[in-house]
Amino acid sequence: MSRINQALRELQSIDELAGGGSPVHRFSPLSKLLVTVGYILTVMSFPKYALSELFLMILYPVCISVLSGIELRRAVKQVRYVLPLVMAVGLFNPLLDRAVVMYLGNIPVSGGFLSLVSLMMKGVFCLLASFFLISTTPADRLFASLRKIHMPAGIVTLLLLTWRYITVLGEEAAVMMTAYHLRAPEQKGLHWRAWGSFIGQLLLRTMDRGSELYESMQLRGYQGDFPAVRQDPFRLKDLLYVLGWVGCFIVLRKYNIAALIGRGAGI
Amino acid sequence: MHMADALLSPSTAAVMYAASATAAGLSVRQLRKENDSRKLPVMAVSAAMIFAGQMINYTIPGTGSSGHLCGGMLLSALLGPQAGFLSMIAVLTIQCLFFADGGLMALGANIWNMAFYGCFIGYYLIWRPLQRSNLFGCQTSHSGRRAVIVLASILGCVLTLQLGALSVTVETLVSGITELPFAAFAGLMLPIHLAIGLVEGLITSAVLLFVYEARPELLMDVGNSEEKDAKMSLRGVIASLALITALTGGALSLFASGNPDGLEWALFGNAEAGYAENMALDEENFGLSSSVSDTASAIQESTSFLPDYAFKDSDAAAGTSVSGLAGSAIVAGACVLISLAGGFWRKRTVQ
Repeated sequence: MSRINQALRELQSIDELAGGGSPVHRFSPLSKLLVTVGYILTVMSFPKYALSELFLMILYPVCISVLSGIELRRAVKQVRYVLPLVMAVGLFNPLLDRAVVMYLGNIPVSGGFLSLVSLMMKGVFCLLASFFLISTTPADRLFASLRKIHMPAGIVTLLLLTWRYITVLGEEAAVMMTAYHLRAPEQKGLHWRAWGSFIGQLLLRTMDRGSELYESMQLRGYQGDFPAVRQDPFRLKDLLYVLGWVGCFIVLRKYNIAALIGRGAGI
Repeated sequence: MHMADALLSPSTAAVMYAASATAAGLSVRQLRKENDSRKLPVMAVSAAMIFAGQMINYTIPGTGSSGHLCGGMLLSALLGPQAGFLSMIAVLTIQCLFFADGGLMALGANIWNMAFYGCFIGYYLIWRPLQRSNLFGCQTSHSGRRAVIVLASILGCVLTLQLGALSVTVETLVSGITELPFAAFAGLMLPIHLAIGLVEGLITSAVLLFVYEARPELLMDVGNSEEKDAKMSLRGVIASLALITALTGGALSLFASGNPDGLEWALFGNAEAGYAENMALDEENFGLSSSVSDTASAIQESTSFLPDYAFKDSDAAAGTSVSGLAGSAIVAGACVLISLAGGFWRKRTVQ
């Protein structure tokens, strides 16, 4: 299957997940966006050696996974995109930061190793949070909710239209790519001689489609402002959802709960 | 070049969000001034097209590897810098949310690194001046225009990708994520992105040449005789490039003095391991101290979300860590139990 088809299938599967009806799905998109931003900011703010404190932040994705019914395994698949990049940046830490900062029994552990592991954990946690945001919230409702935080109407409309047209143009590109591969079965990718004509053709079709889209929008009364998209109300339960999670994040950030539990267990 | 959330500190992410939001705000204002309602749908489908174009593998002749399209230069040559920038924001936002290409909080930095340079610097510094100049006799000659399109695409993509890669390096280092010194990190990032920029420049030029042959009116600043009075001379282009080189070089040297290279690090960076004593060098009193770096440190200390590096010197660090790890293991066990209980509860609900 070509990369475009794979991407389209991925989009479709996330869209299907977002259409669920779990308790998490029922909170307003804005509340979930705020909680996700709060979570990511908290994770990013942990010092580089604070491994045990950081580890407790896993509670959020685990809870959301359980409440939404979306398996953690499904989310972890996405890690393959982000982990190599994060590792590439942190790979030199164990070589350059060799100062021993703790002992595991008799085994010395260097600061660089701790910082590499914490960097990877941060990458995975932030990714999980973003994944659970988008897999429990339909994209159009999420984009529409950005109006509530005063995102300019033009950008929101652009996001909504782009989101709708990604599937259309993706399918068009996939059809073109299939036709190309049928004519050039030995080619792994797009031959350099076809770079211009292939993407150029797609681009010209795109521009024509843009004009058609504009005309059809005009026929429906478009005069520069997009008709009001459905806005989800921000209710008291949404506020409590945000406050509850943000409170948890502050506690997890401020206190080393893992150490308290460890000491409580007599270790 | 998509940065993950883990590669940035909250303060750096916030600064980059502010910078990108300012550029986006100005772009929206400019488009409102133009009052061309036709543009928005075209921007949306173009963004979707770039998204599809990025999914295609472009075989690089003779290497067996493949390149990819970023799209900033392409969009700004077709739609103009402001519309191109906003379209790139849409592409990067959807990529970040659905394909884990870059993090949600790193989106501001990614927009700056990939869209801002590609659209604004690439357009105002390379594309427009070259298209308005008479380089290769492009105002009258068809082949001259083709040569200028190729030159502008390659120069634009290389320059903007280099600036983007440099920004990634600076943002990661300012965030304190990597132990690599600035020079070593930049030395890794810039050559890689030079090659990527060249390939992207070739792809962009191939597409723009096709559009030039098929529908030249779609290209910005190509064949607009009424705008000739505002044209920028080749001397102007060279002067602008010299200015940006000087600025970039200045910024590089500033950071280079603040961040020692690998050899210096080995000499000073690890006093606990005995390096400083062996070489009889005192890290604190060696070299130049910069008032700029002192001020930057003071600002970073006062604005950092939460203080960093406290763990290492803490007397109780090791003890806390062992209890912490034990606690983490207990929490991990609890997480497994919560997940199993959740699965059991869901099955019962379904039945």
